[in-house]
Amino acid sequence: MTEIGSSDLGATPAKLPTSVRRQPGVARLWFYLLLLPPVLWLGLLIILPHIQLFILSLKEKVAPRVYTYGLDNYIGFFNEPLYWMTLLRTATISILATALTLVIAFPVAYYIAKMLRGRTKNLIFVLALLPFWVSELVRTLGWIMLLRETGIISNTLLSLGLIPERVELLGNDAAIITGLVYTSMLFMVVPLINSLDSLDDSLIEAAYDLGGKGVAILREIIIPHAMPGIVAGSIVVFMLTLGNIVTPAFLGGKNSIWFTDQIYQKFIVRFNWEQGSAFGFLLLITSSLVVWLGLKLTRQSLAKTIT
Amino acid sequence: MNDTQIPDLETTDVVKNFGATVAVDQVNFEVKKGAFFSILGPSGCGKTTLMRMIAGFEGPSSGDILIRGSSVIDVPPNRRPVNMVFQHLALFPMMNVAKNIGYGLRRRGISGKEIDRAVDAVLERVGLPGMGPRKIDQLSGGQKQRIAIARCLILEPTLLLLDEPLGALDLKLREQMKIELKQLQAEIGTTFLYITHDQSEALVMSDQVAVMNHGRFEQVATPQELYYRPNTSFVAGFVGDANRWSGKVETVSGDELRLHGQGGVAIVATAVGGISVGMDVEIFVRPESVFISRAEAEIAEFDNKIEGAVDSLLFDGGRSSALISVAGDDRDISVALPQTGQFSNLQAGEKVYLGWQADQTRCFAANNVGS
Amino acid sequence: MNRRFFGTTMAAVVALAAAGMSPVQAETLRLLTWGGYAPDAVVAAFTAETGIDVEVTLSNNEEMISKLRATRGAGFDLVQPSQDRIQGPQVEFGIYKPIDLSQIDAGQFITSMLESTKSVTTVEGEIYGVPHVWGTSGLVLDRSVASDVADFTDLCNGNHAGEVSIRLKRPVLIGFAFSLGLDPFAAYGDADAYTDLMNTVADTLIDCKDQVKAFWEGGDQLIASVTSGEVTAAMAWDTGGWKLNTENADVTYVAPSSGALGWIDTFALPARGENDSAAYQWINFVMQPEIAAQITAVAGNFTASQGADELASAELKAQFQDSFPPAAIDNINWYPAVPAGLEDIEGRVLDRIRASN
Repeated sequence: MTEIGSSDLGATPAKLPTSVRRQPGVARLWFYLLLLPPVLWLGLLIILPHIQLFILSLKEKVAPRVYTYGLDNYIGFFNEPLYWMTLLRTATISILATALTLVIAFPVAYYIAKMLRGRTKNLIFVLALLPFWVSELVRTLGWIMLLRETGIISNTLLSLGLIPERVELLGNDAAIITGLVYTSMLFMVVPLINSLDSLDDSLIEAAYDLGGKGVAILREIIIPHAMPGIVAGSIVVFMLTLGNIVTPAFLGGKNSIWFTDQIYQKFIVRFNWEQGSAFGFLLLITSSLVVWLGLKLTRQSLAKTIT
Repeated sequence: MNDTQIPDLETTDVVKNFGATVAVDQVNFEVKKGAFFSILGPSGCGKTTLMRMIAGFEGPSSGDILIRGSSVIDVPPNRRPVNMVFQHLALFPMMNVAKNIGYGLRRRGISGKEIDRAVDAVLERVGLPGMGPRKIDQLSGGQKQRIAIARCLILEPTLLLLDEPLGALDLKLREQMKIELKQLQAEIGTTFLYITHDQSEALVMSDQVAVMNHGRFEQVATPQELYYRPNTSFVAGFVGDANRWSGKVETVSGDELRLHGQGGVAIVATAVGGISVGMDVEIFVRPESVFISRAEAEIAEFDNKIEGAVDSLLFDGGRSSALISVAGDDRDISVALPQTGQFSNLQAGEKVYLGWQADQTRCFAANNVGS
Repeated sequence: MNRRFFGTTMAAVVALAAAGMSPVQAETLRLLTWGGYAPDAVVAAFTAETGIDVEVTLSNNEEMISKLRATRGAGFDLVQPSQDRIQGPQVEFGIYKPIDLSQIDAGQFITSMLESTKSVTTVEGEIYGVPHVWGTSGLVLDRSVASDVADFTDLCNGNHAGEVSIRLKRPVLIGFAFSLGLDPFAAYGDADAYTDLMNTVADTLIDCKDQVKAFWEGGDQLIASVTSGEVTAAMAWDTGGWKLNTENADVTYVAPSSGALGWIDTFALPARGENDSAAYQWINFVMQPEIAAQITAVAGNFTASQGADELASAELKAQFQDSFPPAAIDNINWYPAVPAGLEDIEGRVLDRIRASN
């Protein structure tokens, strides 16, 4: 995420009007003035808090209000299987949810970008965005209404005689993934539509004309073209999913254990800001690592995705 | 029946409706094996729709399309022995040149080695040997053109469809590609069906040209016939330049008829189709059919004679012409200047005499006039 | 990044900045409290009487302490943590300031409660809290099907598998410890003994986990699942049980046989509060019996205000008496102050329970 910011930063001076550039003194002033907002934004809201958190994460409590510095908070993470298992589990489910989101979002985006035209296209696009006009909390509560034991799905199945008694559909990983996928859909569909929109229809027709069939065209033409959108969408969805706290807590029930919840517990419930900060950094490192690996595996680069 | 006598492509009464609009209306034609056949028409005339039906991307509302004598109405595009070069070429940017060209063979499940050999061979044939590893965005416009054609040729199609493939090129390259395409087609002998709105492309390259307007074929003929003996006023107006008059027929004797054009110019013309006295007609005369002279005596034998003054000179090298204003007509007559040099000193305002023969003055009934 | 994690940091940064520069309007009381403790009508009456505006922020114990820790005790003028959450955080983070008892009308308080809170919230000879609202945690039962549940451990007796709900926070550990015949409060001072005790409790809860339908988070969530019939027995706050009782007579709050867990929410002054006089005025105002009764009516819990209980509604009084026979009141286990560092031991145990399968 910070990389995106810094590349914006690099682009700013290049867009200076040429007339300004001719006068070196004024140009420099403009350069710094234009640089100010992004630097302030990055510095005050991202870098500064992270530095504070990092320092905090190295603090070890010896006695009330007495601290030394060390790596205990990080070592503690690796020594307690519960912690690293939770992070591993969170990352795994996040990757799974991201993949599932992609698989579901792709046909939707393709349909909107390629099959629809004009007004219908805009209408369907807006309809697809509609659920995101309400907050994530409300959407998640909606899922609870559907999935709970006395909820709509369970009751409907019961009254249709398809199940002998009510079933509890909440409180398992499937419910968490369902909620995460639903919550993330928009962030996948929009970049996909963007990249598919720019795919010239004649490329698909040409492939078809040259003897290609559906799956081969999808694999060789459409997916390679949509790759920047796929990568951008997947990164965003993965980050959001990994950092989600509402959905796993509400839909996961008694067995939900999500790393962000661990961080929340450390900070708010246990007042252990030191280890909470360390966990925060471990989460940041994990997400960066997964994104980096994903880019390597798909032979994409972040720069290619942004342009 | 001899194989060569079956046309590579034949359409019978092909119609395509989009809602209430008729895009293609009762089109019948055939393309002989090895021919370079062009469909020429203004944008919106239905030529692209017709081509997409032949390629298989659209189905006709009625009528039949036969390739090598068998109907392909139910054959999807990926199984038709027809390949298409798209307007913007549609090269796959995610693949290099060799992969682009080899695409069709890969889809047929041909082995890698064989594909490599075929790709090299076809690259050789289009004059771009060794370009296989290049990326698409490293190619020039003309090279892309040839790669797009090579990508189709490697599949040895019965028929190659080309949808205005020169449209995106700059003028100079377009001129050059016209010749290259014609030569390439002559060498490989594949039947080409070429779509264009540019009459020069159609005339230069084609063996046969169909002029299309409002979903119908106005005339199917060789470029020479189209140019010199257009059948309809649309063809006469669309193909090549022409001086144009409209008027009412005054006398008719055989094919020859007389009238006064707008502005009162007396004209002797040849009727195309049935024309009778009193009909509103359109008259077309090519600039190069008009003889120009400084001496009145030299135009004595022409059926049509008129005196005028040079209004302006349009110097364009070998295609230079003069605009001559004549008494009573507010529109100038365009005259091609002979390249013998005798008019190189022609001055604006100079008095000249124009003459042309009745058989090069073609007259069409006016109700027949297209757009 | 996690939103709340980030949000907390942001709050800290912004509040630090705000504390440094904002000239706080003198006559505003910034109150950090629980839902129901500052009803609109009470706030309006207070403003009418004193001319002081009240900004109410709703929270819970953990978030109150975290907020104050982030700002080193700034941003609010009066806070209401439970009495057991004053000593530890004060020792560790220094987020409160001592209360000047001369500013408080002690006569409005139930004396025994005031004295007990004073002793529980004393650090180095200074008093940091006075009592406001009190209540208990116990059992909410649908007596038509779960009358066999008499104590916390009975939730796990197997008769109500899939219909049991608990809140996976420290009260459940304490409650189960008492129910198992242990005394967690006695072990507060000994970290090792407390760890052993907590592990015993954890084993019981892990065995029980299969029977638990869900860990509830908010009171509304519990009420919804009991109303729908999905949950028939739960560990919960007394007010939740009484609210349910109003709608369904079968459901009510029952004090467990090992004793309900008693808590008292206090008034405490943040270390860098800026309007102590308004805070004292608010305390004296809401401890008037009539005002306290209004708060009881909204929050559902009784207060430490002398004479306010008589003014409570007949229904609530009846519900209270039904839940608490005189012996049960004596049997309440009042939370002593939580020593610093205890949360970490409990946290590990809670993690273990949550992660178990």
